[in-house]
Amino acid sequence: MEEQPKQAELARTIRRSVLIVCGMFFFGFALVPLYDVFCEVTGINGKTSGERYEGVTAGKVDESRTVRLQFVASTNAEMPWEFRPGEFELVVHPGEVRDTVYLARNLAERDMVGQAVPSVSPGLAAKYLHKVECFCFQQQPLAAGAEAELPLRFMIDPEIPEDIHTLTLSYTLFNADRAAVRNKTVLAQQRN
Amino acid sequence: MRFLNPRWSVPAAMLLMMASPIARAAWELNMTEGVTAVSREIFGLHMLIFWICVVIGVVVFGVMFWSIFAHRRSQGAKASQFHESTTVEIIWTVVPFVILIAMAVPSTGALVRIYDTGDADIDIKVNGYQWKWQYEYLGEGVSFFSNLSTPKDEIYNRAEKNENYLLEVDEPLVIPVDKKVRFLVTANDVIHSWWVPELAVKRDAIPGFINEAWTKAEKVGTYRGQCAELCGKDHGFMPIVVEVKSQEDYDAWLLARKELAAKEAELKNKQWTMAELMERGEQVYTKNCAACHQANGQGVAGTFPSLKGTDMMLKDRAGHIDVIINGRPGTMMAAYGPQLSEVDIAAVVTYERNAWGNDTGDMVTPMDIVAIKQGQ
Amino acid sequence: MSAVVDHHAADDHHHHGPQSGFRRWLFTTNHKDIGTMYLWFSFIMFLYGGSMAMILRAELFQPGLQLIEPEFFNQMTTMHGLIMVFGAVMPAFVGLANWLIPMMVGAPDMALPRMNNWSFWLLPFAFSMLISTMFMEGGGPNFGWTFYAPLSTTYAPPSVTFFIFAVHLMGISSIMGSINIIATILNLRAPGMTLMKMPLFVWTWLITAYLLIAVMPVLAGAVTMMLMDIHFGTSFFNAAGGGDPVLFQHVFWFFGHPEVYIMILPGFGVVSQIIPTFSRKPLFGYTSMVYATASIAFLSFIVWAHHMFTVGMPLAAELFFMYATMLIAVPTGVKVFNWVTTMWRGSLSFETPMLFSIAFIVLFTIGGLSGLMLAIAPSDFQYHDTYFVVAHFHYVLIPGAIFAIMAGVYYWLPKWTGHMYNVPLSRLHFWLSFIGLNVAFFPMHFVGLAGMPRRIPDYALQFADFNMISTVGAFLFGVSQFILLVIVIQCIKGGRKVSAQVWDGAEGLEWTLPSPAPYHSFTTPPEVR
Repeated sequence: MEEQPKQAELARTIRRSVLIVCGMFFFGFALVPLYDVFCEVTGINGKTSGERYEGVTAGKVDESRTVRLQFVASTNAEMPWEFRPGEFELVVHPGEVRDTVYLARNLAERDMVGQAVPSVSPGLAAKYLHKVECFCFQQQPLAAGAEAELPLRFMIDPEIPEDIHTLTLSYTLFNADRAAVRNKTVLAQQRN
Repeated sequence: MRFLNPRWSVPAAMLLMMASPIARAAWELNMTEGVTAVSREIFGLHMLIFWICVVIGVVVFGVMFWSIFAHRRSQGAKASQFHESTTVEIIWTVVPFVILIAMAVPSTGALVRIYDTGDADIDIKVNGYQWKWQYEYLGEGVSFFSNLSTPKDEIYNRAEKNENYLLEVDEPLVIPVDKKVRFLVTANDVIHSWWVPELAVKRDAIPGFINEAWTKAEKVGTYRGQCAELCGKDHGFMPIVVEVKSQEDYDAWLLARKELAAKEAELKNKQWTMAELMERGEQVYTKNCAACHQANGQGVAGTFPSLKGTDMMLKDRAGHIDVIINGRPGTMMAAYGPQLSEVDIAAVVTYERNAWGNDTGDMVTPMDIVAIKQGQ
Repeated sequence: MSAVVDHHAADDHHHHGPQSGFRRWLFTTNHKDIGTMYLWFSFIMFLYGGSMAMILRAELFQPGLQLIEPEFFNQMTTMHGLIMVFGAVMPAFVGLANWLIPMMVGAPDMALPRMNNWSFWLLPFAFSMLISTMFMEGGGPNFGWTFYAPLSTTYAPPSVTFFIFAVHLMGISSIMGSINIIATILNLRAPGMTLMKMPLFVWTWLITAYLLIAVMPVLAGAVTMMLMDIHFGTSFFNAAGGGDPVLFQHVFWFFGHPEVYIMILPGFGVVSQIIPTFSRKPLFGYTSMVYATASIAFLSFIVWAHHMFTVGMPLAAELFFMYATMLIAVPTGVKVFNWVTTMWRGSLSFETPMLFSIAFIVLFTIGGLSGLMLAIAPSDFQYHDTYFVVAHFHYVLIPGAIFAIMAGVYYWLPKWTGHMYNVPLSRLHFWLSFIGLNVAFFPMHFVGLAGMPRRIPDYALQFADFNMISTVGAFLFGVSQFILLVIVIQCIKGGRKVSAQVWDGAEGLEWTLPSPAPYHSFTTPPEVR
């Protein structure tokens, strides 16, 4: 009888199909890290690295040209903070390490935690903006009514293409209360 | 049932097809050419591809309708039995490919120009909110909201609709003519999309991220657009109006705007009377709150809570102010602390606590709000 | 595995014909019964989703808000989309597949009859759950059938959780159905029926089934991530926690674009069966049809971001997705040319299935051409999210998917019931549908180009005339679908008896079976030369 081989073949077809289904389900989740890698390479959404930049070397400043860096601030719907850049724009040489601040004030009557999300425009320039120190690396707790200067130290990579003259760095402040591990000591200090 | 006879089916179908391009010309409802170099280029591209499509359509349907007329069984047509021809297959794979390349070349050029956002004269941040736009002139200290100004009576057919129905706002975006303006588009809550057809600018506004777009309007005038991404209940009610002005008019407008902003900032120190607060509060309420909580304060059952006669309105003044400043995370209620001035918050709280028979007599002054915002 | 073993047991005690009463339908493992249930289910959903479209069109008859509030309007657009895609088009094609694939490949039944029963009976539960959300506090899903985050996560009504579970159930149902179809086609073909001898309907379904098992799990993944964002504090799509709302769109359209082809490929198959029959001439370029279908399926995986041209992708990505999308025109063109050439120098007659098929070719081509216009990224900045897009996808989905389904029903209904349907009435149905659909959707091209965004409950005055015309057309189309209901019921109850062959030019194994087709298709495998 040829019944037996047919059964085996059928079982194989089904096994393969089920394998595809499971594989694709996990592929759906794998898209998340894949997308992040893809973004970092291509600069989709102007995502910048969430990590401190360690590659600063002295003496590689490109004095021959300047880049205009604009600072923009937004707050999300659930965020009752005032949030603005300390200065609207800086003109910098590529390779030069500079400092600036953002100013935040908690308008709420309770202690809150914020998380700033960076975005750079044009997106392709994002990988040339290195953040040596950034308040966006951590969540920012702020007591009710308190004000804070949030520091940012950055460098523009000397490798930045010649045709990019203006960069915009935007931070959107989100409410991180729900996800936050509250930093009680910082809050206590601010209150004093 | 004569028209049901299959003999008539095909001519009828053809007539319908032929009617469409004619209709297009006569009713003048094509895409706008717009007022920028980019919009004209897009329009040209659109017409080019449209005519290529028309030609393809005429050829393909022509052949098909010819067989329908000439190769009918009722006309005694005998079916030939050919069913393969590699030559023909190769031809009709290669020819469309060549046509596609011919389309791709100008499209690529246009796209490169659309993406060239560098060296702008003016930078404006466009921020989408549920359901209004905020414009911030970067580096100028000018920032304002732009709300739909069509009255509810027109929307609900109680009054005659005006010619700019649903395409009018209280504060339009103003830009100078012949200057490259760069838009940094973002959103406060959900995804919106900022679209003005005459400028050929459409960019999604995504919370947490900024997108770039630019325009260089060549003609003074008023241009109207709408939000193009479903963003919730009032997606259809957040239009965009752009006024393109001459450089002098623009400068004058900007100056007036700055003076107005300074005056507004002063307002919080003034002594407000109950009547003044109520009047201003009603305006603020209509612009910012009525979309959800309704003009009568009764909200929408199950979705937007009523403000009439509730415990919070009658008894909990501090809680009321807190909700307005901080919003209710996880609900549609946004934090209005950063959006509204101290004066507006005080006015709207006062209004809500005294309107629709709430009559608490509570009066909240701008200085109260200043104190609260500073954490007293 | 157990399903495989079960299959023979189930087969054995079914040699006696159907059980009586409701148990026949509840416990059936017969491919024809299940196919019938799928088709009825889909028809009910078609009318239900259609009545939602009528509500939308009634509100849009005139500017101003007359009948419903914007909040409810959004629920209607969302549910209309979801029900038509997952409830009407997909189950209808699965129903046709159930009825026809075993008969076409010379098999006694589907390969996994019990799983077949489950995959059908999941659907009524899934859709009851989906529809019940409309009566929950905060209303049903109101974020569009594309449910973009964060509107569908942070800002969604509480019922979104039920929506997610409903999508999961639909997904499981489709995946099981697809595995069954793949197993039937690959393993139960009659001796001599090689892959390249299979009817095109079987080929297109095989490719569709692979698309389904490849992308439905991705959709399941996407809604699972939503669920986790909503209830378990993750941040896949929430920028606050390092996620990205645009990622949602990428994942969704990675599913969504192949999904579009899932809804059209079996339609290509149906039309490829019908055109040769009524041209009395073999299908032109069978091999190229198979390859064209396969290349469309392949390309569908690399074009998804053309739904997102305005989302702010870098230039290189825009160009890539634009070129890839334009490429799809090539295999699609090949298909259209093949159909037209099949008709060329044939001996044509215009029975109802042929009328629907010709309308399919013409109108689908129009939808395809407007699709080509949409593929051009620069112009898409003006088309995106306007009524031009609405016109485009209704042109590919109604005369595409739905006309193909109706053509298929008229073509095989005599085989299923053993009776010829009421022919004049079926022509009336065709003409009213044809006219209604063009009157409803052609003006949408104009309002879209003139600047009317989609998904709005109220519009500016310059769009008023065309919207009024659209509404009239939509009601004409909607009402005429009841004619189909009458025709089908009449045909089941009685009518002129038909021969096994039914149509003089029809070819394929299904026409060698008597009409009506016996309860078990091929108990002994036929020989295929």
